[in-house]
Amino acid sequence: MEISATVENQRKKIHPHKYTLWVAIGSILMMFAGLTSAFIVKSNLVGWRDVKMPQIFWFSTVAIILSSVTMHMALRSFRNRERLKYRQFIAITVALGIAFVVMQLAGFSELWNQQHVTLKGVTGAGQFLYVIFGLHGLHVLGGIIALIVMFIRAFFGKSKNYSSVPVEVAATYWHFVDLLWIYLLVFFIVIG
Amino acid sequence: MSEALHIHPESTVVGHHDDHNGHGHHHQSFVSKYVFSMDHKTIGKQFLITGIVWAVIGGLFSVLFRLQLGFPGQEFPILETFFGERAAGGLIKPEFYYSLVTMHGTVLVFFVLTAGLSGTFANFLIPLQIGARDMASPFLNMLSYWFFFLASVIMLSSLFVQTGPASGGWTMYPPLSALGQAGDGSKIGTDLWLISMALFIVSSLLGGLNYISTILNMRTKGMSMTRLPLPIWALFFTAVLGVLSFPVLLSGAILLLFDRNLGTSFFLSDIVINGEVLPNEGGSAILYQHLFWFLGHPEVYIILLPAMGMVSEIMSVNSRKPIFGYMAMLGSMFAIAILAFLVWAHHMFVTGLNPFLGSVFVLLTLLIAVPSAIKVFNWLTTLWRGNIRFTVGMLFAIGFVSLFISGGLTGIFLGNSTIDIHLHDTMFVVAHFHIVMGVASMFGMFAGIYHWFPKMYGRYMNATLGYIHFWVTIIGAYLIFWPMHYQGLAGIPRRYLDKSGWHSFNQFGDLDKMITVVTIVVFAVQLMFIFNFFYSIFKGRKVTSSNPWGATTLEWTTPINPGHGNWPGEIPEVHRWPYDYGKDGREYIPQTEPVGSNESKH
Repeated sequence: MEISATVENQRKKIHPHKYTLWVAIGSILMMFAGLTSAFIVKSNLVGWRDVKMPQIFWFSTVAIILSSVTMHMALRSFRNRERLKYRQFIAITVALGIAFVVMQLAGFSELWNQQHVTLKGVTGAGQFLYVIFGLHGLHVLGGIIALIVMFIRAFFGKSKNYSSVPVEVAATYWHFVDLLWIYLLVFFIVIG
Repeated sequence: MSEALHIHPESTVVGHHDDHNGHGHHHQSFVSKYVFSMDHKTIGKQFLITGIVWAVIGGLFSVLFRLQLGFPGQEFPILETFFGERAAGGLIKPEFYYSLVTMHGTVLVFFVLTAGLSGTFANFLIPLQIGARDMASPFLNMLSYWFFFLASVIMLSSLFVQTGPASGGWTMYPPLSALGQAGDGSKIGTDLWLISMALFIVSSLLGGLNYISTILNMRTKGMSMTRLPLPIWALFFTAVLGVLSFPVLLSGAILLLFDRNLGTSFFLSDIVINGEVLPNEGGSAILYQHLFWFLGHPEVYIILLPAMGMVSEIMSVNSRKPIFGYMAMLGSMFAIAILAFLVWAHHMFVTGLNPFLGSVFVLLTLLIAVPSAIKVFNWLTTLWRGNIRFTVGMLFAIGFVSLFISGGLTGIFLGNSTIDIHLHDTMFVVAHFHIVMGVASMFGMFAGIYHWFPKMYGRYMNATLGYIHFWVTIIGAYLIFWPMHYQGLAGIPRRYLDKSGWHSFNQFGDLDKMITVVTIVVFAVQLMFIFNFFYSIFKGRKVTSSNPWGATTLEWTTPINPGHGNWPGEIPEVHRWPYDYGKDGREYIPQTEPVGSNESKH
């Protein structure tokens, strides 16, 4: 009884896990703020080299924006208790996420092989791009792993109470990495 | 994971809490109870004991390099017995000396005073004082400890690699830290340092996220934010600082790892080393310093704020008076938390920083004196006309205020960019930050340990040993660090292995000997404290009442040895602020007591 009272009590407030996620988002933002401000400082020093943004990053942008839409659909179907649709949308989101990461890697290899942006010696926008987009990619990868876990759970899950909190947390995170990508892309186009 | 918040509520209702000593009604295996525990109290103790182990290691390092500073050229054959080649002939080799200085700083700042202090007390106190059964996510909390443990193992292993641990100073400035050719310590030791710190950052982020969402979301009924005990507010600001500043250090560490291992030049430019011209161009070592100190300065308050919060609580309890200026305490902690992010460049006055920019940072730095002074006055006025009980915890709390004043005043010198030109990188700086941040926070930690030990283990620590511990430590701390101010004003640089080449510094020979001898004595007394700590866990005098200090806060409404879940029945409801001491003729009124109809206002 006391447990249900606690749960009842918490329903009025924002769920602790969601709150934790928001704080974590603030924390991740600080890391990228550190990196992008380092970019600005460094770009005023001698030997800075710009890069041509590989075209594939536009396609990866489309992929991640689409995946945000499908993630939202997944959350909606979960709330409407449409399990089958939920699984489908999660699967599409995962696929789009993987496509995004693969295209990022393709973009890196284009920079490396065609624009000859290697790591040794002079450091400019290209090297920052590897670090910053790479770290962003790792965050997307983390989201993909979480989604895969949820996808598997959707088949074997035996939860007593039907709670949309985990899906909401995942969706918020997913939209966050999407927006973060758009910020980083705009940053590189405007400043870089 | 939300189910995990209420683990075994049914089992905690079973009685016999008073004589339960770690086994019995929980039916948990040893591993899930003591090793991979999700109980915030056990995790707090894990942080504490790991922190104690690190404190011994880090403290021992300071004894070793003090031997070199106090008795340069003197042979100590025992050093060769223990450290072999690194102290061949009983003399500490220069490279070893720099490793000792570097690791002393790293260990004490991060592993003892960050993880050991806020890790311990945030975990232990937050759920108990806000009236929650556990943290928002006990699982993340457990991960936080084990990331810290992994970071510890890696940092410890770096002490044993052939080329020795990192030796570029705890700030790890490039190019020294970025180039393996720069010295033995810049080889694998620095990689291990960076990896260990990355894991440490993950640990403190996981912990910090949890502390914040627990404090904001899990408070019991009636526990509004302005009814929170001050340690909780302090730990809250600490967590916010950590969550916003550690990621920036992480970004610096990542770029440094790239420079070290992949040949990029984020921080490196135009370097010739041993006649070899390196291809790096256009990097900026100053950029690293900005990234480092953007964490590094808030880190000072990450260390200090928990001590401030606990001192406020212990002082109020043992003065039998309400804390003076509760809202002013909150406001000043908030101001400190904001200013902490705006003063980092005062560590960089002599790096070629634009003098105008420097003057802005001077102004912001000196502004910190305002909230600091408010806090000091509030502590003093809390003591004023109090009915003071000089428990060991209370003595350490008073000692904290003394050290905070002494060390804070020298901050006014260093915060001025013009005076800093003379004083930077001298022993004056060493004296300043050791007193105001290092020793003061250690005092806050000791105060917390002595005060909450009965809640942690259901026993008291030995008070006689505690008094000896306090008096030797505070007298020793002043004897060690006070003379360093004079050395620094005379221009003696910090971190130097041997200054006998300067005739003007030779007059300080005896002073250095004295400092070293006192350091050894103080270190020995800390070992006595550790003996007292572990002895008391098993053999200390048992606590017989659930509220031994007559305190108002919620942790003393739990059974003497609370199980997982903290309260056997319902979580108590809170009706008042936590500092109703000496009110309406009563010695104290617990937070759980409803406000009477004809009660006076505080």
